[in-house]
Amino acid sequence: MTMQTPLTPETEDPRPGPATAATRVHRRVGSLHRTEGMYYLFLVPALVLFTAFVVAPACVGIFYSFTDYLGFGQWHFLGLENYRALVSDPAILGSYGFTLGFAVVTVIVTQVIALALAIALSKRVRFAAGLRSVFVIPMVVSGIIVAYVFNYLFSNTLPALATSVGFGPLQQSILGDPNLAWLAIVIVSAWQTIPGALLIYTAGLTSIPSDVYEASALDGAGTWKQLRSITLPLISGFIVINTVLGVKGYLGAYDVIVGLTNGGPGSATSSVAMTIFTGFTSGDYAYQMANATVFFIITVLISVLQLAVTRGRNLRLA
Amino acid sequence: MSALDTRSPATATARSLTDPPRRRRRLERVNWPLTIILAIASLSVLIPLYVTVAMAFKTSAQAVDGNALSLPLPFNPASFVEAWQLTRFPVSFSVSLGVAALTVIATLLLSSFASYAIVRNWHRRFFRWSFVYLLAAMFLPFPVVALPQIKLTAMISLDNPIGVAILHAMFQLSFSVLLYSAFLRSIPIELEESARIDGASTWQIFWRVILPLLGPMNATVGIFAFLASWNDFMMPSLITADPGLQTLPVVQNIFQSQFGTNYNVAFASYLMAMAPTIVVYLFAQRWVISGVTQGAVKS
Repeated sequence: MTMQTPLTPETEDPRPGPATAATRVHRRVGSLHRTEGMYYLFLVPALVLFTAFVVAPACVGIFYSFTDYLGFGQWHFLGLENYRALVSDPAILGSYGFTLGFAVVTVIVTQVIALALAIALSKRVRFAAGLRSVFVIPMVVSGIIVAYVFNYLFSNTLPALATSVGFGPLQQSILGDPNLAWLAIVIVSAWQTIPGALLIYTAGLTSIPSDVYEASALDGAGTWKQLRSITLPLISGFIVINTVLGVKGYLGAYDVIVGLTNGGPGSATSSVAMTIFTGFTSGDYAYQMANATVFFIITVLISVLQLAVTRGRNLRLA
Repeated sequence: MSALDTRSPATATARSLTDPPRRRRRLERVNWPLTIILAIASLSVLIPLYVTVAMAFKTSAQAVDGNALSLPLPFNPASFVEAWQLTRFPVSFSVSLGVAALTVIATLLLSSFASYAIVRNWHRRFFRWSFVYLLAAMFLPFPVVALPQIKLTAMISLDNPIGVAILHAMFQLSFSVLLYSAFLRSIPIELEESARIDGASTWQIFWRVILPLLGPMNATVGIFAFLASWNDFMMPSLITADPGLQTLPVVQNIFQSQFGTNYNVAFASYLMAMAPTIVVYLFAQRWVISGVTQGAVKS
């Protein structure tokens, strides 16, 4: 209501000419209603589309997770049967194990490298702007295409190089090794997501006034002390943004895995997203919707947990 | 990390003494070891890009030897013709561009409209709850709703690029609304009030006062939406039923099967798919970089 309060009947009426107090009041009320209606019209398209294309399908999907629906035809209620079956399904448990482990490793690798690069670029480095431009390039490239390029490097170039220098362990493609394939996915995912984190950390670092460092140096703080006591606490908000966004992205990993291993060898690198999508083709619709529902709950829990942990930490630092 | 941070207590102390000539000299002193480390690190980005370009210009015979780092000799640009035909490049490029353009327009309009209404009516419960409602999708990964969305789009004949664009816009909505509303809160209301006194309606105020002020945020939101849509593989590959209407990232999968050994053709195709965003980025990087940084600071 704030914007209406300073309006007087006189100033509100754009048309000059005589007007009685009654018509002024009437016009004001009319315009108030019109204004409010306009705001609803501004908001409603987003709400309607969002409800129709995201929330409603989500609710329908969750509903079907309690049935034996195949994706077509008739269905019956099963109660929690699908959820019970999930817990003892080795394919499902395997995909969760891989996805969670991959997300944790990748988010740590990405944050450490991105933060190190951001700090390094904020120092008196020659060609800092040019170097930063190069480091950001992976952000604008399609994940699946990057994965195809790295697929060639991992399966052809790396073994060829290893053979020519006689380095045994890498002479076979790491993509074909069930114990190493996940490493390739971590590398490519990190390669692709470091730039975004790097830019966010750069924004964080520039928000720290330089006299804070100068004052701490006067008090005898060394490089490590400054990193621990000034840099990290002051950019903790940015670390939260990066890890929350990062973990959510890595949990939903799909494109990079399709381009590198397609879930293989066997199902060693099959992510939760990939198993959910099998519900579309294999007639496991209801079962995979139960999987998707569990996945959603886990995603939300992890995000909330991250926010809660960092909030607690901030309080302690303050 | 200590190698990265060269600000020793002594130099910092010297800098804090406000001694202009000395201070300037210290600022000018370039940290060469760190520069060299960063230059080497940048190879991790440059080598894959070089490999893509080099492979694209090789002959099939040279491409299969596994040495991706070698120069393309003899120089063979013919792969591009083949890649162009195999991927039906003009079609898939147009589809990609159409989907991305539609996504950007829908995202900009829907989220700026909604954010404006929400911020200006924050005192009303309906608008506050709408904000929370739209933001909840931040925690909703696409795989969770993918199956019902595939069924829905097929049911209402949106299992095509238009449906993909709508879904892309939906998944940009939360983040964009967050950015816009943070920005809108910082715009003083007096600007609008004076326009209102001059007789402008809310609709006119939005287009003539608010939208111009949103300029930098429009760039940020637009860039995010464009990149997410242009580069996406997951949604178009699952939603679009007609393989003839697939986007550029999706059509690249033909090289994973039937043309498995024609690496030069595959890389020519990858290069044609990657080049547009890289070229645009190199020319507009100021906007991309400030966009991300602004996004981070505002949220």
